[in-house]
Amino acid sequence: MRLLLEIFRTALGTLRQNKMRSALTMLGVTIGVGSVITMVSLGMGARVQVKEQIEGLGTNMLFVFSGTTTSGGARTGTGSAFTLTVDDAHAIARECPDVAMTSYGKRETNQVIFGNQNWNTVVSGVTPEYQLIRNWPMKEGTFFDERDMERAATVCVLGSKVAENLFVRGEDPLGETIIIKNVPFRVIGIMSPRGAIAGGGGGDQDDQIFIPYTTAEWKIIGSVLPGYVGIIYASAVNSESIGDAEEQIKTLLRQRHNIQHDQPDDFVIMNLLDIAAMREQMGTILTYLLGSIASVSLIVGGIGIMNIMLVSVTERTREIGIRMAVGAKQRDIMVQFLVESVVLSCIGGVIGLCIGVISTEVVSLVGRWPVFISPLVVLIAFSFAVIVGIVFGLYPANKASKLNPIEALRYE
Amino acid sequence: MRGKDLIVLENVTKVYRMGEVETHALSNVSLRIASGESLAAMGPSGAGKSTFMNILGCLDRPTNGIYLLEGREVSRLSRDELADIRNNKIGFVFQNFNLLPRVTALGNVELPLLYKGVSHKIRKKRAEEVLSSVGLKGKELHTPGRLSGGEQQRVAIARAIINNPSLILADEPTGNLDSKSAAGIMGIFVELNKQGITVILVTHETDIAAYARRKIVFKDGRIVEDTARARIGVLGGGAKL
Repeated sequence: MRLLLEIFRTALGTLRQNKMRSALTMLGVTIGVGSVITMVSLGMGARVQVKEQIEGLGTNMLFVFSGTTTSGGARTGTGSAFTLTVDDAHAIARECPDVAMTSYGKRETNQVIFGNQNWNTVVSGVTPEYQLIRNWPMKEGTFFDERDMERAATVCVLGSKVAENLFVRGEDPLGETIIIKNVPFRVIGIMSPRGAIAGGGGGDQDDQIFIPYTTAEWKIIGSVLPGYVGIIYASAVNSESIGDAEEQIKTLLRQRHNIQHDQPDDFVIMNLLDIAAMREQMGTILTYLLGSIASVSLIVGGIGIMNIMLVSVTERTREIGIRMAVGAKQRDIMVQFLVESVVLSCIGGVIGLCIGVISTEVVSLVGRWPVFISPLVVLIAFSFAVIVGIVFGLYPANKASKLNPIEALRYE
Repeated sequence: MRGKDLIVLENVTKVYRMGEVETHALSNVSLRIASGESLAAMGPSGAGKSTFMNILGCLDRPTNGIYLLEGREVSRLSRDELADIRNNKIGFVFQNFNLLPRVTALGNVELPLLYKGVSHKIRKKRAEEVLSSVGLKGKELHTPGRLSGGEQQRVAIARAIINNPSLILADEPTGNLDSKSAAGIMGIFVELNKQGITVILVTHETDIAAYARRKIVFKDGRIVEDTARARIGVLGGGAKL
């Protein structure tokens, strides 16, 4: 132990004698560790952001899509057939104990007009419960209510993005009239912005207009199949019961749709946890990808260490000979060189750690990119640097210890 | 200890193989060296002096034959066991000093004790003692570059004796020194020999060899002459230089 400390001191001394070279050798590891930390923090930041966004939407939400039909083994895709009805939605709310509330809707892409502005967006016919299920606050005005539903009122609530694009001159949209498919609608509310989440009901959530379901069915979207809906929204009583709720909905719908045991579902249930998991997985893949690219630079740094250590062994052949002549065993020489390369990689690693954390913060500030610096990643990156020092120091150290003392002493 | 055989060589042969060519650096060398003796090995270059010294110094192993050091057969030991013997029994002094250039005199002298596992404190104390015994008190923290040739060789001697060796092997110890420094160095060897340490000099200078009581001459890997000076005495005997 004491001897190791001694060797450690000797190693530091040797490295100090060749400051420039030591610094350049360390640089490889420094860049490697720094980039691993930065890249992984960026990747993990993206993952955490997605997770937070989705959790903000409410993890107790379930979507039931009109299902796929299978014809001759070719599945046609979610929503390609209308299999869900308004009655299904009511039945789910009524009969599934773990379901708190349901809503349902139909959507269509339409051109909407205000004055001389127009905008292509999604028109969603939903019930008033939709806003509660999504737990989506208003920015201005109110969401439509049951009475608007009953009388199929031509009122609408704008997503924040639609409001921005139609009311370009900064007019107050509330009370204004917009035209959807030649039908005038009065704007009664604007939703707060939520951001785009793919898979969370499709597209940019803020780029849509909500109108009462009844209005949509009778005046806008129309349907050859009245009473059939595209999607049912349901909320579980809490986020723990989401699995049970999903199971109950599934059982109920299979029963209501008279689906035999060997037949597949004619609907698809998705919950935000699934979607969150999917997105998180993508984030994880991104993290691994970035991390492995950065690791390559760490390995290149290790090769740099090996290179310099090999040069050092050659340069110090006589020193090795002297040490052997006065009684250094092979292990002593080996340890001496190994400690040198590990010290190099450790110091490089610590500097890289600082640089990694700083550059992560800089990227997050300048690039407005979410980051997450995990202590575990910092630890792993640093241990990886130490391992690189050992692995790439091993060969030169072994080479040094195998030198013939006579030839080493004679070396000029 | 004096009078007992420190070194026994029996039919020691060293063969170097360079591809197809075999070179007999030493052929059937047999020799006994008593403890406390002083011996000079002479001969032209390529005669086998260096090989002789490498084998005695446990830096190399003979191809054939027996080498007993203090009664122990050392010719078949492993590298690490030989390192141990070099550490404990043998002190080397080389023509070109072979000091670590960036390490202080003290650090150089401590080196054998470092590999013996002696604590820092004791090492430092012992190294200071030894340095002062070779007349380098006050120069402990000088690196070799700041010392004269004679002083560097004194550091090397201090390093050789710090571990109380039975044997000092000096390979042309004065080859890089002016005659005045050389005399000083030889004086130290004389003193060490008086204390009972066996001193073996490898040299081609007859006046240096004259410090030794016994002289052997190598030629073509064999000892062709082995003469002891009639006068029983210690290394040097008188002020020769």
